[in-house]
Amino acid sequence: MSIAKPLPHDAARLHVTGAARYVDDIPAPRDCLHLAFGLSPIAAGRIASLDLAPVRAAPGVIAVLEAADLPHANDVSPSVHDEPLLSGGTVHYLGQPVFLVVATSHLAARKAARLAGFETRSRDAIFDVDDALDAESRFEEGPRIWEKGDAGEAIDGAPHVVSGQITMGGQEHFYLEGQASLALPQEGGDMIVHASTQHPTEIQHKVAEALGIPMHGVRVETRRMGGGFGGKESQGNALAVACAVAARITGRPCRMRYDRDDDFVITGKRHDARIEYRAGFDDEGRMLGVEFEHYIRCGWAQDLSLPVADRAMLHADNAYNLPAARIESHRLKTNTQSATAFRGFGGPQGMLGIERVMDHAAHVLGLDPLELRRRNYYAEADGGGLSAPRASGAPPESISDEKKPGDGADATAGLPGDDALDVASRGAVGSVPEGGAPAAPAGVQTTPYGMAVEDFILHGITERLAESCDYAGRRARVAEWNAANPILRKGLALTPVKFGISFTLSHLNQAGALVHVYQDGSIHLNHGGTEMGQGLFQKVAQVAAARFGVGLERVKITATDTGKVPNTSATAASSGSDLNGMAVKAACDTIRDRIAAHLAERHQTDRSVVRFEGGRVHVGGESYAFDAAAKLAYEGRVSLSATGYYRTPKLQWDRIRGQGRPFYYFAYGAACTEVVIDTLSGEYKLLRTDILHDAGASLNPAIDIGQIEGGFVQGAGWLTTEELVWDGDGRLRTHAPSTYKIPACSDRPRVFNVALWEGSNREETIYRSKAVGEPPFMLGMSAFLALSDAVASCGPGYPALDAPATPERVLEAVSRVRDGV
Amino acid sequence: MDIDFLLNGERITLRDAAATQTLLDWLRLDRGLCGTKEGCNEGDCGACTVMVTDEDGPRALNACILFLPQLHGKAVRTVEGISGPDGALHPVQQAMIDRHGSQCGFCTPGFVVAMATAHARGDRGHDDALAGNLCRCTGYAPIVRAAEDAADAPVPAWMRDAALPSVEAARYAPATLEALLEETAARPEATLIAGATDVGLWVTKDLRDLDDVIFLNRCADLQRIEDDGERLRIGAGVTMDRVHRLMVEHHPDYAEMIRRYGSAQVRAAATIGGNIANGSPIGDNPPALIALGAILHLAHRDGRREMPIEDFFIDYGKQDLRPGEVVEAISLPARAPRLKVWKLSKRFDQDISAVCGAFDIGVDDEGRVGWARIAFGGMAAIPKRARHVEEALLGVRWGEEAIAAAWEAWERDFQPLSDMRASAGYRLNAARNLLSRYLLEDLGAAVDVLEVAP
Repeated sequence: MSIAKPLPHDAARLHVTGAARYVDDIPAPRDCLHLAFGLSPIAAGRIASLDLAPVRAAPGVIAVLEAADLPHANDVSPSVHDEPLLSGGTVHYLGQPVFLVVATSHLAARKAARLAGFETRSRDAIFDVDDALDAESRFEEGPRIWEKGDAGEAIDGAPHVVSGQITMGGQEHFYLEGQASLALPQEGGDMIVHASTQHPTEIQHKVAEALGIPMHGVRVETRRMGGGFGGKESQGNALAVACAVAARITGRPCRMRYDRDDDFVITGKRHDARIEYRAGFDDEGRMLGVEFEHYIRCGWAQDLSLPVADRAMLHADNAYNLPAARIESHRLKTNTQSATAFRGFGGPQGMLGIERVMDHAAHVLGLDPLELRRRNYYAEADGGGLSAPRASGAPPESISDEKKPGDGADATAGLPGDDALDVASRGAVGSVPEGGAPAAPAGVQTTPYGMAVEDFILHGITERLAESCDYAGRRARVAEWNAANPILRKGLALTPVKFGISFTLSHLNQAGALVHVYQDGSIHLNHGGTEMGQGLFQKVAQVAAARFGVGLERVKITATDTGKVPNTSATAASSGSDLNGMAVKAACDTIRDRIAAHLAERHQTDRSVVRFEGGRVHVGGESYAFDAAAKLAYEGRVSLSATGYYRTPKLQWDRIRGQGRPFYYFAYGAACTEVVIDTLSGEYKLLRTDILHDAGASLNPAIDIGQIEGGFVQGAGWLTTEELVWDGDGRLRTHAPSTYKIPACSDRPRVFNVALWEGSNREETIYRSKAVGEPPFMLGMSAFLALSDAVASCGPGYPALDAPATPERVLEAVSRVRDGV
Repeated sequence: MDIDFLLNGERITLRDAAATQTLLDWLRLDRGLCGTKEGCNEGDCGACTVMVTDEDGPRALNACILFLPQLHGKAVRTVEGISGPDGALHPVQQAMIDRHGSQCGFCTPGFVVAMATAHARGDRGHDDALAGNLCRCTGYAPIVRAAEDAADAPVPAWMRDAALPSVEAARYAPATLEALLEETAARPEATLIAGATDVGLWVTKDLRDLDDVIFLNRCADLQRIEDDGERLRIGAGVTMDRVHRLMVEHHPDYAEMIRRYGSAQVRAAATIGGNIANGSPIGDNPPALIALGAILHLAHRDGRREMPIEDFFIDYGKQDLRPGEVVEAISLPARAPRLKVWKLSKRFDQDISAVCGAFDIGVDDEGRVGWARIAFGGMAAIPKRARHVEEALLGVRWGEEAIAAAWEAWERDFQPLSDMRASAGYRLNAARNLLSRYLLEDLGAAVDVLEVAP
């Protein structure tokens, strides 16, 4: 069976030979044109006049388009139609696309785009969250507030109180392949678009609007991305729409890719944030009440900021049972790039808030932070969190066929039919379950948003990890080192992750698949998920091969295509294999059942005795090679093509009240990191990281470990070297890898041990696996808190380290703790 | 320009090629070889890494800032030429598959070429060989495992190119200093291109058209290193990877800084002369060279000049270089056991310095500072000597009192700026603290985080 095997990525051989094809590698069609945007030179104000004559006169230029030249919708927003493709006279950030150059080469387009004469009238721009608060510049009418109990009262009556704040920077995705699109005009005004996107349906929708045609006139294909990380959920809309519109106007294929500097300057990044906190706790460090204020900088357009800020609130508890909590979230509108999805989708920001509280409280009490964390953990699930008992060895059959009235999936019923809504985007407005989401039963431990925590396994994970990495012994050795070394100080931190799995816009938790079995027994596999390097295609192919009992060589993985599987959700929220794996399983099982029925009839036996394994189909005492069985079925006039569909059960969520069950389940993990800092320069090094992570019953342990190692390093990068700097005019000064520093090879921990928790999802997911895309990102917090620990060894004060902890911030914090502030 | 080179073993002859056509664009657009990727178009991500072989053997270079004329007489191997003609995989390719070293796959061709080049050179310092290749997916661990796995495998026969093409000297790339000086005297406005690690960005990012250019990489007179036992004389065209090898032996602390200078790809292209001549306040060689008391040698058709290197830097963007004059060489003492060079940046590898400091401080028999040469990059508009600090230190007991004696002098020497790399305050504090680091290291304290084991 192909499940649970550490098989290589399906395209590994294509990757290493350079044969894997990305959008910009598709051979240029004859007469292909290339596009570039002309960008706003100011952050806020009006373009009083725009002289495009030099642009039009530049070599190779075929056309130059402004907002007024667009034939239909001028909008690339994934939410509230507040993001024009081209700005028109008013601009909202420095780098906003103002006009579009269509030229005979990429270089000609780039050169021409710089030749425009701008006359601008700047107005006072809003850059930071304080300016935005003063100006009441925000999305939604006011802050979102969710409460559990009376946190203020609990804190006021607590024996100990800490308060403070932490600021954390944004993060550039730095997918190695920049944004790219290619539009091929078809007969009758139709359009085919090849896009580097996590959300082909969204591209299809926005292109259709821009061309003024129904979605059936647009087909979007995505074979692979060179990295996405959330940055290609909505940020590719502009390129695809630009290509499609230019292709419509010129009648020629049009291609666009952003030069790296343009990609930095135009596209959104992770939301930076300030979190203010006040927490009350007892002498043992048990939290009695916690209050958070989240100030989330969203940039100029709404994009996906509301669900991002929601998810920050949803992770304000991380792994900790807070008896009383109040979370207030401000979504602030500023004249900067529109912040967007990035691995974790707000979760990391919210989680870092509570981890700071834990660290700060431990410092006040003089307790080991790990001990304090464990005292605040949710209670372990029954059975100590080891494998939840399975009904049988077999995975659940066709959940998609179950249609229980009143289950979560029906929440999508009363959605407005307004076709202007971006129903397939996370930026869409969700429906609220009628009568609100049902409350968790009394006496059950709940999150601050009222969801029962039934699958908590971090006590077991933490205990096992602390043992395997010798936390206690190394804690003592770190103290010894610090007693002996005045200049270089060590720090150690073990931090947990509990991450909620599901789109919080419940109706997005659905997926489709299309599977064909050909008469030669080869299998064509298609589903709505996209491949960005995470190994989704391989995992899903393993599911398909397992359902038919054949080897993977029989399964052809094909590009995501809106013409094959419609109405897909973004490959996001770590949902790819959960959703698409189940949809593919349903499709495969439909065909398998048809073949079984046909063979059973031939053998005058019951279809339930037909087995698919070892590349053969066994029926009665006989067996057929799979290809022979497929041929027989074809000759017996049996349909060998099927769709599959899945929707996640049990979800009920009211985001306004902050109540319900937004997540099907939680994924867990923990990391322990040791660092050394230089108290003279602030330089530091990650010395060792040990990780134990929960991927349920892993579909592919090699791919999952890859997600964990990579997620950790990316998360550590966010909190250490990756610093975005804007100048006083709102110009992003860190706009290329020369100035923006993602981790390089030697930045990974010197010793790096990663293991999977032996477990199994208690919920009925595909082969009882768990989502693994985002959760490991937050393991990077252990590096940040280890740095804080090292700084704390330098003096009596609390480090109050901000992120990213560049050498400069570490040095500042050292000086703070020495002063005892 | 007429250019002859080998591409994956095949002889290529280009006639009338544009001076600043990059290898990357030519491969992807003209040859349809799309395995080599564009990640940043400025030499900072390594996705476009190719292997270029000349008389000194194979080296990894960034194709995005490599102009075709620089390839004249060399052999280029792209990812398409790393596997065998029959499709057989190179050991590093197989190891990358086996170790799950690719996820999205976009950086992978660049990694594979960088790994295969290091493999061909027998270089097992994987972290250094791959410091110029960024990966956003894997966290690097599986890639390094793959490099380790492949290290012992023999180099496949197909990786060895036939003889390099013998080529005529081209006017755009003078072969001798004399010919070069004739050209620069005749065309004093021409842009001199050595490794193109800086000029490359004028083309790919500033989108400048450079027609009037002279390539330096074929000028043998600039490539020489001379060592008479007392002093080293390094030709301006010597690439930083050769400077690194030289310094490992002569000035190990300087060598350790060069190990972090750019990346393998950048050090294989960048020249010491280019780093000096472009006058950047954040070039990493000048502080070390100033502290070493290096002499800069300039040449013009009409005569030669030499000067202490610190005198070459006049002001931001302004050097003491006359029309038609070129940097010919740099000479420096062969030994300076008290030299320390420290580079501070957000990231250890391949990052531009926030502060780069070099110190050569001598202590006399009475324990007092007998001499001091201190210089910094990133602290002023030019690479600058800390003369007030040096003066304050002279004759003072080498201990805490020396740090105190120099405390005020730092601000007289330096009024640094704040920018995206660091604030003015950090720069000044850190520079001061580096003097303390020098002292503490003398006293036997551990001061280098890179030497700490878990």
